[in-house]
Amino acid sequence: MNDPAIVELKDIWVSYGEVPALENVSLSVFEHDFLGIIGPNGGGKSTLLKVILGLIKPQYGSVSVFGQSPEQARSHVGYVSQRYSFDRDFPASVWDVVLMGRYSRAGILRRYDGRDRAEAEKALAMVGMLEQRGRQIGRLSGGEQQRVFVARALVAEPELLLLDEPTASIDSTMQTEFYDLLEGLKDSLTIVMVSHDIGAVSVHVDKIACLNRQMYYHGSKEITPEILEATYQCPVQLIAHGTVPHRVLREH
Amino acid sequence: MPGTANRPWYGTAPGVEGTLKMLEALQYEFMRNALIAGLLAAVACGIVGVYVVVKRIVFISGGIAHASFGGIGLGYFLGINPIIGALFFSLASGLAIGGIIRRTRLPADTAIGILWAVGMALGVVFIALTPGYAPDLMSYLFGSILTVPFSDIVLMLVLVAVIIGVVAALYKEYLILSFDEEYGTVAGVPVERLYLLLLAMIALTVVVLIQVVGMILVIALLTFPAAMARQFTHNMKTMMFLSVLFGFLFTLGGLWLSYELRLPSGATIVLLGGVTLAVSLALSRLRMRYHRIRRAA
Repeated sequence: MNDPAIVELKDIWVSYGEVPALENVSLSVFEHDFLGIIGPNGGGKSTLLKVILGLIKPQYGSVSVFGQSPEQARSHVGYVSQRYSFDRDFPASVWDVVLMGRYSRAGILRRYDGRDRAEAEKALAMVGMLEQRGRQIGRLSGGEQQRVFVARALVAEPELLLLDEPTASIDSTMQTEFYDLLEGLKDSLTIVMVSHDIGAVSVHVDKIACLNRQMYYHGSKEITPEILEATYQCPVQLIAHGTVPHRVLREH
Repeated sequence: MPGTANRPWYGTAPGVEGTLKMLEALQYEFMRNALIAGLLAAVACGIVGVYVVVKRIVFISGGIAHASFGGIGLGYFLGINPIIGALFFSLASGLAIGGIIRRTRLPADTAIGILWAVGMALGVVFIALTPGYAPDLMSYLFGSILTVPFSDIVLMLVLVAVIIGVVAALYKEYLILSFDEEYGTVAGVPVERLYLLLLAMIALTVVVLIQVVGMILVIALLTFPAAMARQFTHNMKTMMFLSVLFGFLFTLGGLWLSYELRLPSGATIVLLGGVTLAVSLALSRLRMRYHRIRRAA
């Protein structure tokens, strides 16, 4: 690979007090990668995304995003968080929330202009939520909210999209739609998606990283049962479609 | 009627006659000042209260309000206007609470408790150190909208103008900050500075409200109008307008009731707001249950 990596993590160590979250983790993400990061809960997947965003400072190791520090690179990065803790009653519509995504383009003290509104409309149409633009954000279902937050990440015109468990709160039909949406995006974007849903991830992504505090594997998505076992530290049973693992179960 | 002579705003009879007396009372300068003070208070608490309620920092606001008592005491001690003392103390305690919450591992409620109690204790000590009697002390604690002097009205006007200016300029930033701070950080919003500025605006609002309901009851006007407004809209700007409206209705209605029932104005304003909010919350619960039953049927 001659192209320089968009995201370059080298020997990252992060711990919360005494509890280690990431140990000696290195990762390279290249342009137009669609990378899935899988691993058990508490394995440091969300922490890894927050390191890329500069929300968490690693104790050791170096982080470079688009050749800059994570803070400097933020305007190139879109982020959809795993959980949102806002009130169901929060006074904001779908439209208000998507426009927030234009902040990094508009900047402080400037009002959103026609271009911002046009981009917001486009992003909402892309996720199929344009007709719901007037609804209160807290009154939407989990899946609808997720799509609005993806739209908010997209209106900022990012080059790198970070998704933290994007399908956790949506049902399986919606998940299929969601992955179709990502399929459409991956030609123009680099996507890093964190998930514990190995089956879905392995079908859709191009590369996989297995993370459980340490990086167990990182490369093309044809992973072996041994790697998954090492990552999850328990026996896993694979029902394979060719070499693509489809389902992972704990052995009783 | 004993005492009526030196308290001309006290009505003699409830009902129409009392209302006419209230209109008559408008001719008095103190009554006009009271209405202007009420309107300014409504604007300040209507706008800032929306952020306080939505961002769930009611008790940070309570802490700032009570800590301002230290400034009132300092004002007496130095022989300056206690409201100016309160302005500096509430600003300082707001920034201190914000700094502690942001920069240290101390839990937010601990920081609030410390500032709350230390501020009040300082006030008590300053007043004890001041020779002689502290006039009007009760009016700072419990409000005295009928005795707001014109100079304080001017100060209130300036503070309200500052609040309106800041919110108008930074509306979209504060929407992000209230909704989702983490996203704000990622999007490049100067989250910490805007948070401290919000606490400073709360401090200014506290100073505006001290005159109307007193520092102990300030928390009511920062909460009730916004909580009322929230039931009727999911647009933050509309919520602010409604909240100003409710704040004005509570202040005006409370003032009128206190005149009719001869009760202290600050407490009456607060009780009117509290009762209205309780009734309105109960009604919207009933309405929701009615809709659920109708949908099930």
